Amino acid sequence: MDAAIRTQELRKVYHSAPPAGAGRGDASGARKRSKDSKPQVTALDGINLDVAPGQIFGLLGPNGAGKSTTVGILTTRVRPTSGTAWVGGHDVWRDQTAAKRQIGVVAQRPNLDFSLTAREILLFHGAYFGLSSHERTRRASELLDRFKLSDRADQLTRGFSGGMMQRVSIARAMMHDPQVLFLDEPSAGLDPQTRLLLWEIVREYNEQGRTILLTTHNMEEADTLCRQLAIIDHGHIIASGTPAELKASIPGGFLLRLRFAQQSAALLERLATLPGVTEVRASGEANADVYASRGGSLIPEIVNTAAAFGVDLSDVHISEPSLENLFLHHTGRSLRE
Amino acid sequence: MNGKAFLAMLARDAHVARRNLIPLFFQTFLQPLLFVFIFGRVMVGSGYLPAAYKSLLLPGIMAISMVFTGIWAVAMPLIAEFQFTREIEDRLLAPVNLSWVAVEKVVAGLIQALIAGLVVLPLGWIILRPGLELHLANPVLFACITLLVAGFSACGGLALGCTVDQQHIGLMFSMVLTPMIFFGCTYYPWSALSNFPILQKIVLINPLAYASEGLRATLVPQFPHLSLPWILAALLMFDVLLLIAGLRQFQKKAIS
Repeated sequence: MDAAIRTQELRKVYHSAPPAGAGRGDASGARKRSKDSKPQVTALDGINLDVAPGQIFGLLGPNGAGKSTTVGILTTRVRPTSGTAWVGGHDVWRDQTAAKRQIGVVAQRPNLDFSLTAREILLFHGAYFGLSSHERTRRASELLDRFKLSDRADQLTRGFSGGMMQRVSIARAMMHDPQVLFLDEPSAGLDPQTRLLLWEIVREYNEQGRTILLTTHNMEEADTLCRQLAIIDHGHIIASGTPAELKASIPGGFLLRLRFAQQSAALLERLATLPGVTEVRASGEANADVYASRGGSLIPEIVNTAAAFGVDLSDVHISEPSLENLFLHHTGRSLRE
Repeated sequence: MNGKAFLAMLARDAHVARRNLIPLFFQTFLQPLLFVFIFGRVMVGSGYLPAAYKSLLLPGIMAISMVFTGIWAVAMPLIAEFQFTREIEDRLLAPVNLSWVAVEKVVAGLIQALIAGLVVLPLGWIILRPGLELHLANPVLFACITLLVAGFSACGGLALGCTVDQQHIGLMFSMVLTPMIFFGCTYYPWSALSNFPILQKIVLINPLAYASEGLRATLVPQFPHLSLPWILAALLMFDVLLLIAGLRQFQKKAIS
């Protein structure tokens, strides 16, 4: 069976500012000036994805990592500089119309038709996809109910709150019952209650055999909702697998972030030899990240060792195995930075 | 092409136009009708302009209304939808080739421009009635010219709407539309520029000049006008050129 989504060596270099909502590219290294002095931003640098049908796949990464650009290419809105993308067996850039039939898209920024009511938005969307009048009326009512929008279904969406607009966007993307649903940062700006409703609806849709690709920089969302993840940074995929596999790949699992009063390389070397410690990394001026197979029970030994070196420990933070730690481990940066 | 999706998009535009019918009516007709009233009735009635000016003026006003409406109906929504509300994205994702989304906009604009022209004509006639001499000798030719005028207006709207930035809308009016109207042989026939030979040549790059002269040639042939084959050829050329330019700009805007 064809993969629901597949990409081969996708690259995207923007020659002007990337569109809002698409990746800002690598702000630190890849911004170059070409001969004609147009700024170039490499947003994607060889992305390979293979998403099986019926999957909930998450692209996890900080802002500007290339998540939206990847979604843009897969949904016919961003032309790749090189590489190929397939959705449901259709080459997105050779057979756009067939690819568009397969997909539903929820963009990062709201893009509702402000001249229409919520119900009309769904009805016209259904009509663009050739649904019969009876079918689209039925489906629109069902979705409005499911998304708790029925009381305001016949009002213009202009006055809707952000959360309501997002719900209309998702309902619209599901209106023609696409095989693959793309959600670009779906829960950004949602209140916790709406976020839970969204997750429930995404799971339900997935249970009908549909494939879902979502981008997020929210760890909890990636961890609870996605069954497969790819972690993306600076246009590269730096790790992929199930959330459990990825968390297991962090050396030791626990991360202890320590802050000392002074810097001491000898102390860090000594810490690395403590039982259960797999890796010690200096970070910042006098900070250290300790990856270990245990958490709190290591603290007395760290305090004693530091004391033996005459260094004061001024702060400790222990975190359990998480995707956040994984991201930190691979990039040296927090996802929220 | 996917006819169902195309018609659905056209139905969406018609639905939105119906919803905004009253503001749309004033936006389209108030200015041309005030112009007809002041110049055709007040100025002529008080003797500052000769009575024949009424007949000369009406085709020009019809041309302005059509061109202005066609450009406005396509360009303004596109500028907003691409840059501000992004509401066009839903249609860009509809299962049709992107160019058909643009062609749909052109067809919607063309229909609005036709309505504008065909409503201004009888309303103007009512205001100007005594002394207005219209001679519609060849209705088919009149229909062809009207269609070509509506066509280039909507195509021009597409090209402008996909080129002009939101913050430059004011500039679009003062730099493009205003000179176009005043140098479009709208309030005077092209032959009236014979005292300004260089200007007379320059205005020939203005499609509105052919629109005014073409409508004059078919509605009030008693006044001097450019030759009809020349007018038809020029209008057709502007239709094709502006459509090609518009589609190119649309693709650029729609895909990054």
